[in-house]
Amino acid sequence: MAELIVISTLNGVLFGMLLFLLSSGLTVIFSMMGVLNFAHASFYMLGAFFGFQLTRWIGFWPALVIAPLLVGVVGMGVERYGLRNTHKHGHVAELLLTFGLAFAIEEIVSMIWGKSPVDYRVPAALDFPAFTVFSTNYPAYKIFMLVVSVVIFIALLVTLKRTRVGLIVQAALTHPSMVGHLGHNVGRVFMLVFGVGSALAGLAGVIAGPSLVTQSDMAALLGPILFVVIVFGGLGSLPGAFIASLLIGLIQTFAVALNGSLASVFGPLDPSLGPSPLTDIWNVTIAQIAPILPYLLLVLVLIFRPMGLLGTRES
Amino acid sequence: MHRLIVAAAAALTVLGGAASAQETLKIGYIDPLSGGGASVGEGGLKTFQYLADELNAKGGILGHKVEIVPLDNKTNPQESLVQAQKAVDAGIHYITQGNGSSVGAALEDFVTKNNSRNPGKEVLYFNYAAVDPSMTNEKCSYWHFRWDANSDIKMEALTNYMKGQASIKKVYLINMDYSFGQSVRSTARKMLGEKRPDIQLVGDELHPMLKVTDFSPYIAKIKASGADTVVTGNWGQDFALLLKAAADAGLKVNWYTYYAGGAGGPTAIKQTGLENQVFQISEGVPNSGNKAAMDFEKDFRAKTGISVWYPRAVNEMRMFKAAAEKANSIDPVKVAAALEGMKFDVFDGGEGFMRKDDHQFFQPIYISSFGSLTDKAKEPFDEENTGWGWHIVSKIDTDKTMLPTTCNMKRP
Repeated sequence: MAELIVISTLNGVLFGMLLFLLSSGLTVIFSMMGVLNFAHASFYMLGAFFGFQLTRWIGFWPALVIAPLLVGVVGMGVERYGLRNTHKHGHVAELLLTFGLAFAIEEIVSMIWGKSPVDYRVPAALDFPAFTVFSTNYPAYKIFMLVVSVVIFIALLVTLKRTRVGLIVQAALTHPSMVGHLGHNVGRVFMLVFGVGSALAGLAGVIAGPSLVTQSDMAALLGPILFVVIVFGGLGSLPGAFIASLLIGLIQTFAVALNGSLASVFGPLDPSLGPSPLTDIWNVTIAQIAPILPYLLLVLVLIFRPMGLLGTRES
Repeated sequence: MHRLIVAAAAALTVLGGAASAQETLKIGYIDPLSGGGASVGEGGLKTFQYLADELNAKGGILGHKVEIVPLDNKTNPQESLVQAQKAVDAGIHYITQGNGSSVGAALEDFVTKNNSRNPGKEVLYFNYAAVDPSMTNEKCSYWHFRWDANSDIKMEALTNYMKGQASIKKVYLINMDYSFGQSVRSTARKMLGEKRPDIQLVGDELHPMLKVTDFSPYIAKIKASGADTVVTGNWGQDFALLLKAAADAGLKVNWYTYYAGGAGGPTAIKQTGLENQVFQISEGVPNSGNKAAMDFEKDFRAKTGISVWYPRAVNEMRMFKAAAEKANSIDPVKVAAALEGMKFDVFDGGEGFMRKDDHQFFQPIYISSFGSLTDKAKEPFDEENTGWGWHIVSKIDTDKTMLPTTCNMKRP
């Protein structure tokens, strides 16, 4: 049991940190522009495929740096030539733009790399068990993923809270016109933030690609859970996104590890009732409902605390 | 606009009429070509295209050129029905599908309804891998033919083998959460309980189908349960990723599987280092020792870059040809009648037959284990360049695979 708890905690924190790399960008972009970027998970996918391709050409380590930068450039392009032009038509137009973009990116990726998974492997230098807890090996690559996410988290925090750039970004979040009047180029700030957000998603893709599966539906698989994270954490709140990411990572992992069902708590139903929808519900285990738990959480949060955990406004 | 559609329809009819003089025999291949099932779906497509080429090189079927029409169903029953209707509208009379019994059951229902509503435009459903037993039992259809041994037959053979393995003490079941996975789990419970009451069932897991990208939480749970053996019906990425996570965590157990040989499976097994501890039940293996099959394997690998995952697909296509020749027609009604009860020499040797009562094909099946190849002359084929390949550990003859059916076939 202790072994299960330790391993599940490690796995949960790791998945949570990966979610945070993605949701941090999404939530900052949201609070600045008021736009929920539907294409955010697509940038994550682009990161994974760029990472795969660059690893083929120049190796994993250069790819780790170059692929996120490329994704960041794509993101800035989207902001500069897409979102900025649709901005004057209102948020709905912007939302639809990102929505369409998500589908376009998925199709383009499957046109170039095909629809089945690509062979994106863990680099040989990290392909060994880092340590053994009880009798389970923990792969070094997963530790590497964890370290990268933590480093990025700290860097992000320091940049936003301790530097001049962070100050301007924070000011632009709430008072864009005032920041503009003070002589700052708010448009460029927006573009840079969008670029950095996309680059972070891209970085998550590069490091998650070899560990998870790199294929053209990976954005669609992860996209919905990102919205859960940022709504749960509070739209626009970075610490909220951090807590929500970890919480959802842990919930997902631990739910799988648990076997409880109504039947195990209250005992089996009277067999005379026979097989019915009731017996199905009675016997379903927490592990089986693990995939829907985050969405259930989303619904509950929206009903009881619409601003989310640490959010300050309701939309 | 309306006139345009009428004109287009007229033009199509004319074109269609011209083509029917030298009609190609189209087979709609309805399987996943995108999403989580794509890796196996694409392998299946390559297999059928190769088999069509093989038939065409020898004059096709009764002089008709065979063409495989790929239709992507995303492993989704609703999408499959859309694709099947598309196939029917395009004048296709034969569809084939394998991945996912949820899809298979939907298609079986589709052909039954379609054929009763549209006499003269019948469609046959050739099933090469959807193995939910209900498809040839309570839900059986005259228009459906299955070449893969159903899940109960496989589990019967697998548990007969496990019965003799005294080292098995604690078994863990992990399966995909849909009709086939649930069938594997309940049959395994029942059969193991009867044959080896001393075995302890330490876990019984269902996980979402083709959606999990990281199985490490599940592996941690298997590890914590203290299991020495895992039984799984997982296929495609759900098998490959499960084994990949097991390799990462260093889980050392025996694996009894249905589909370990599919895309990515062998690579993941090699990573676990579990030599001769992963077993698969199938109707054939590359190193079967049958000369014709091994020659086929060699040419197949050279042309497609994958192994023959589906000897049953070879049986299906060759038997289709034999049935059409027997009926002297490619009319689906006549072909269906010819297939009923038909005997056939199967790909890896031995005789099989299509049982008339339920349209289930019976054939010799093999249990094989995966490990390094010692005798390169006798066992030339490894998998996915791992250096490891399948060895046969047990063969079950056709007559030993027969299970009764509850099918009450409605004949036209």
